[in-house]
Amino acid sequence: MEQYAIEMLHITKKFPGIIANDDITLQLKKGEIHALLGENGAGKSTLMSVLFGLYQPEEGEIRKDGQTVTIHDPNDANALGIGMVHQHFKLVECFSVLDNIILGAETTKGGFLQKAEARKKVMALSEQYGLSVDPDAIIEDITVGMQQRTEILKMLYRDNEILIFDEPTAVLTPQEIQELMTIMKNLAAEGKSILFITHKLAEIMQVADRCTVLRKGKYIGTVDIKDSTPESLSAMMVGRDVNFVVEKAPVELGDVVLDVQHMTVASKHHKNNAVNDVSFQVRRGEIVCIAGIDGNGQTELVYGLSGLEPLKGGKIVMNGTDITHLPIRKRLTSGMSHIPEDRHKHGLVLDYTLEDNIVLQRYFEPEFTSSLGFLKRKNIRSYAERLIEQYDVRSGQGPITKARSMSGGNQQKAIIAREIDKNPELLIAVQPTRGLDVGAIEYIHKQLVAQRDAGKGVLLVSLELDEVMNVSDRILVLYEGEIVGEFDPKQVSVEELGLYMAGSKRKEAQDRAN
Amino acid sequence: MILLLQYTLIFASVLLLVALGGCFSEHGGVINIGLEGIMVMGALGGALTMKYLPADMPAAVVILIVILACAVVGMLFSLLLGVAAIRFNADQTLVGTALNLLGPAAAVVLVRAINMAEDANNVSSTVAYGTAKKAFTTNIGSFELNWFMLVALLVLIASYIVLYKTRFGLRLCACGEHPQAADSVGINVYKMRYAGVLISGALGGLGGLVYITAGVSEWKFETGVAGFGFLALAVMIFGQWKPINIALAALLFGLFRALSNVYTGFDALVALNLPSTVYNMLPYIISLIVLVFVSGKSKAPKAEGIPYDKGQR
Amino acid sequence: MQTDRKRESLLRNSGVQTIIGSLLCIAIGLLIGYVVLLIINPAGAGGAIAAILKNYFYYPSHVAVMKYLGTTLVKASALLVCSLSVLFAWKVGLFNIGVAGQYVIGAGASLYCALGLGLPWYVCLIAAMVCAALVGGISGALKAYFNVNEVISCIMLNWIGLYSVNMLLNTVKEQTTPYTKTLESANSSALLPNIGLDKVFSNNEFVTVGIVFAVLAAIIVWVLLDRTKFGFELKATGLNKHAAKYCGMREKRNIILAMMISGALAGLGAAVFFLCGIEQWMVQMTSIPAMGFNGIAAAFLGGSHPIGAIFSSYFIQHITSGGSYVDKTMYVAQISDLISAFIIYLCGFVFFFKGWLGRLLDKRDEKRAAAQEKGGKAQ
Repeated sequence: MEQYAIEMLHITKKFPGIIANDDITLQLKKGEIHALLGENGAGKSTLMSVLFGLYQPEEGEIRKDGQTVTIHDPNDANALGIGMVHQHFKLVECFSVLDNIILGAETTKGGFLQKAEARKKVMALSEQYGLSVDPDAIIEDITVGMQQRTEILKMLYRDNEILIFDEPTAVLTPQEIQELMTIMKNLAAEGKSILFITHKLAEIMQVADRCTVLRKGKYIGTVDIKDSTPESLSAMMVGRDVNFVVEKAPVELGDVVLDVQHMTVASKHHKNNAVNDVSFQVRRGEIVCIAGIDGNGQTELVYGLSGLEPLKGGKIVMNGTDITHLPIRKRLTSGMSHIPEDRHKHGLVLDYTLEDNIVLQRYFEPEFTSSLGFLKRKNIRSYAERLIEQYDVRSGQGPITKARSMSGGNQQKAIIAREIDKNPELLIAVQPTRGLDVGAIEYIHKQLVAQRDAGKGVLLVSLELDEVMNVSDRILVLYEGEIVGEFDPKQVSVEELGLYMAGSKRKEAQDRAN
Repeated sequence: MILLLQYTLIFASVLLLVALGGCFSEHGGVINIGLEGIMVMGALGGALTMKYLPADMPAAVVILIVILACAVVGMLFSLLLGVAAIRFNADQTLVGTALNLLGPAAAVVLVRAINMAEDANNVSSTVAYGTAKKAFTTNIGSFELNWFMLVALLVLIASYIVLYKTRFGLRLCACGEHPQAADSVGINVYKMRYAGVLISGALGGLGGLVYITAGVSEWKFETGVAGFGFLALAVMIFGQWKPINIALAALLFGLFRALSNVYTGFDALVALNLPSTVYNMLPYIISLIVLVFVSGKSKAPKAEGIPYDKGQR
Repeated sequence: MQTDRKRESLLRNSGVQTIIGSLLCIAIGLLIGYVVLLIINPAGAGGAIAAILKNYFYYPSHVAVMKYLGTTLVKASALLVCSLSVLFAWKVGLFNIGVAGQYVIGAGASLYCALGLGLPWYVCLIAAMVCAALVGGISGALKAYFNVNEVISCIMLNWIGLYSVNMLLNTVKEQTTPYTKTLESANSSALLPNIGLDKVFSNNEFVTVGIVFAVLAAIIVWVLLDRTKFGFELKATGLNKHAAKYCGMREKRNIILAMMISGALAGLGAAVFFLCGIEQWMVQMTSIPAMGFNGIAAAFLGGSHPIGAIFSSYFIQHITSGGSYVDKTMYVAQISDLISAFIIYLCGFVFFFKGWLGRLLDKRDEKRAAAQEKGGKAQ
C-alpha cells in the first residue's frame, strides 16, 4: 500500500449559492512534489482553507499517515506538521526576519523571548537548505525573494513535514523562479512533501512528480507528470482547447499619441527614484507593453502618466499637448483612459451601484448633470443599461447592483466598458487580466486589440509573460525604474526577456536608438 | 520653580499612564478614543474606594487597593469597547465616542445617587476623599513627591519590556500590524486584542485617578477630566507609539499643562499679562501644532481601526 | 406565501433594516436606563421612565403642553442641525466630533455680533455659520494636507474654541453674573423673528423661524447629498477616496469643503438656539456643551439620513427634556444623558445587526429553496 503524507478524501464544501468544492480528493505522497492545478475560482483556495481548518467541509475526511484527523484551526494543522507559504506573504512588515520566523512559535523563559537560541536554529536551517537570509533585516527593506525564503524558513522552523506553496512564482523573476525550483527539489529530497499550487504549466512540467487538476469546484483527475504534456494539462484545467495566441492584424502605425520625455517620479518607499529618466512613445494603432517584475516602477510610471503622482522631472505630451501639469480630470477628458491596476482601490467605488460606477468618469458631463448641478438619473440609467448590454456585464440586479457584490470578472468588465466607451485616444491598461479566469482574459485581450485596430494607442502594463508576448506589438522592459530594453515580441524569447527583467542584461541607449 | 517641576511631573505621569494605555490598545489594533471616559470611570472607582476606606490603614495598602480599584473599574468599562469593536466589528471611533459620553454621565448619576442616599438635600456630584489621599504623597524638602510619579515610571519600564522583550508584546504588535499573519501562525487575534484593550482600560483608569487626586482633595464629576484622555492620545501619536518617546512627549505636554497652574509664580510670564485662559488653551494648541508635524510620517500600527474578521481574507 | 415574500424583501431593504435597528437601540437604551433606575431606587423606577418619556405631557393643561412642546421643539431644532453637521461629514468619511466646538464657536460669534456689535439677527446667524465653517475647515485642511486624524484635531479645537469663546464673551457679560447679557435687553433686533409661530405654541416667545431653518437645512442636506453632482462627488470621496482621486475628483478640496459645510451647520445650530433668547452663555463654562455630542447620537440613531435625523433629534431632545421631570428626591436629570449615551453605543451594533439579519434571511431562503427542490422531486 502506498504511503500518503496527507490525504483529503471526497471533500465537499458549499457556500450559499455555490459548491466551492464538490467531492474533491487529493493525495500527497511522502517526499513528492505534487502540483494542484486550476483556474481562478476552481476551488484551490477553498480546499486549502479546509486543510487549515478555516472551513469545515460538509462531507469528506482528512487523513494524515493513514489516520483520520480533524482540523479545527491553523494550530491543528501546524501540529500535524502542515505549513504554507501564502501567495500574499503573511509577514509583519515592520518586524525583523527573525521575529517573523519565531512569531507564534517563540521559545521563552518566563514569558521573555529567547532570541539567541532561535537565531542559532534559523541559521542552521538556512545553511542546510541553502536559504540565505539576514535575520536582523526588517521585512519592508528586503527583496521579495528574501521575503519568500523567510516564509519557507517559518515552516522549517516549525519542523513542518508538509509544505504548501500557493502560487509562489507570481512575484519572482525567471531566475528567482529557478532558484525556488532548486530549493523545492532540495526540500523534497530531504523527505519533505510539497504541494505546489499554480496555474503555470511550464513550472509543473519542470518540477512536479504528479498533478491534481480542479475545474469549477470539481475534481478532474490526478496524473503523473512524466505521462503528461502542457497541452493535456491545459485541456484538463480549462475543459476545452485554449487558443493561447491572440489573433491580430499587422500593425498600422499612426501618429504619436503619447510622448514621454525623461520622466522621473520619486519613490514613496525609498530614497531613489521609482521611475528614473524614462522616455518612450506610443503611436496610434499599436499596443506597447511595459514588462517587468512587480515593484520595478510600473505603478509609479502609470501614476505619473495619469496624474495620481506629481512628476519630479520630465515631460508628458499627449496628442501634441503638454499634459505634464494638467490635473487628473483634464487628462481624462482630453483623451486618456486608464484601467487601473487595483480595481478595488482605484477602479470602483464598491459601495456605489453599478450604474454610478459606470458614469464615474462622465457624471459631470451635460448629459448626466443639469446646469444647476442636479444629476439626471434617467439618463444615467439608460446609459448604464446600454453599456451593460453591450459589454455583457452580468450582475444580480442590473444597474442598481452594488459593485461590491459583483464577481471580479464582471467588475473588471464594467471598468473596461466605462473606459473604452469614453472613446479615448490613449488607453492605459494596467494588469487588466489579474485574477480573472481564462474566458474573461480572452475577452479583455480582444477588447485591447480592437482598440488598437481602431487606431488608438494602447499602453499595457503586465507582469504575465504570456500576456506580454501574445498581446503586445512592442515590449519595453522596466527594471528598477529604468527602461533597460526594447523588443519586438516576435524576435525575442521569454528567457531573453527574463534576463532583462532581472537586471542582468541591459541595452544601452544608443543601441536602442538604432 | 519646584512647584512647576512638581506639577509637570504629576501631569506628565497622568499623560504617560493613559498614553501607554492607548499604546497597548492600538498596538493590538483597536483605536481607543474612549480613554477620556475610561479615565472618568477609573477615577470614580478609585475615589469611591478612598471614600469608604478606613482612615487608619497603612499608606502602602491604601495605594495598592486604590490602584487595584481604578484599574479594575477601567478594565470593566473598556470591555464595552472591546466587545463592540472586537466581537461585533463596530466602528471603533463611534463606540469610543459613546464611551466618552457614557463615562461622565454614568459617574454623575452614580455619585449623585450615592450623595442623595446619604443626605437627601445633597445633589452635588462631588466625592470627597481627603484623608485617604494623604497616603499618596510624601515631602522631600519642599517637593511633594506623589507616589504615582514612581508608579508611572515603573509602568513605563514595564511597558517597554513587555512590548519589546516578551512573547506577549511580539504577538500583540503582530495583531495590530498584520492580524492575518498573526492568525496564520496560530495566534488568537481576538484574545490579543482584548488583552490590549483591557490593559488600556487599566492604565486609563489609573491615569484618571491620578488626575483627579493631583491637586485637590475632592472631585466634582460633572467636570470629567477636561480632555486629558485626548491629550494623552496626542502624546501617544507624538511619541510614535513607542514607550520612551511617549514618556518624553508626556513630559513636554505636562510642562505646558503645569504652566497654567503655576504661571503666576513666574514674574516674566506675569509681565506678559496674558489672561489665564490662554494658559489653559496652551496644551491643546501645542498638541495641534505637534500633530501637524508628526502625522505625515505616521508609524501607526497598520491594521488599527480595522475590525478583524476571520472569514474575510 | 406571496405576502411572506413581500415582507422579506421589505426586511432586506437597507432603510427598513436601519429603522428596525434604531428602534431596537432605543428600546434597549431605555431598558438599560430602567435597570439603572431600579438599582438606584426600585420604588420609583417605573414612574421615572414614564416621566422621561412623557416630557411635557406631564402638564395637565393643553396650554402648558403646547408651550413646553414648543420649548422641546426649539431645542430639538438646534440638535437637528448639529446632527446634520455630523452626518454630512460622516457621508464624506469623516467623523466630525468637532461639531461640539464648532457649535461653541457659532454661539460665540452670534452672541458677540448681537451683544458686542449690535448687529441684526441675520448678520449674527451668517457670522455664526462662517466662523464655525472656518474652524471646521481647519480640521479638514489638516486632514487633507497633513494627514492629521480629524477626530484628534477636532477635540483639540473643541477646547481651544471653548476657552476662546469664554474670553470673547467675557466682554459682553452682565456685571453681576457670569452670564452674557440677554438679547431682549441689549439688542432685540438680534432675536430671530417669531413669524407667528409663538402664537401656535401658547405664546412661547422662543419658538421662532429657527425651527423652519432647521427643517429646511435637513431637506437641503438631503437633496444635496442625494440628487446633485456635488453630493455624488462627496459620497464617492467618503466611500473610496482613492477612486475619487483616480477619476479626477479633487478629494482634498472635497474633504475641506465637507468639513466647512459641516462646521457651518454646527454654527447654524448654535445660532438658532442662542438667537431665540432661550439661554444665555455662561462665560465660566469648563465643559463643552452637550448639544454637539448629542448631535452625534441623533445622527447615528437617524441612520445617518437627513430625514431620519429629524425624528431622532426630536426623540433625543424629548428624553433629554423629559429627564428634568423625574422625581428629584430619588433620581437625577442626567439619567437621560446616560440613556442617550447608551443609545449611541448601541448604534455601533446596527451594522452588525444588519449583517446578521441578512444572513438570517439568506438561511431561510436556502431552506425554502431546499424544501422546494424536494417538493419538486416528489411531484
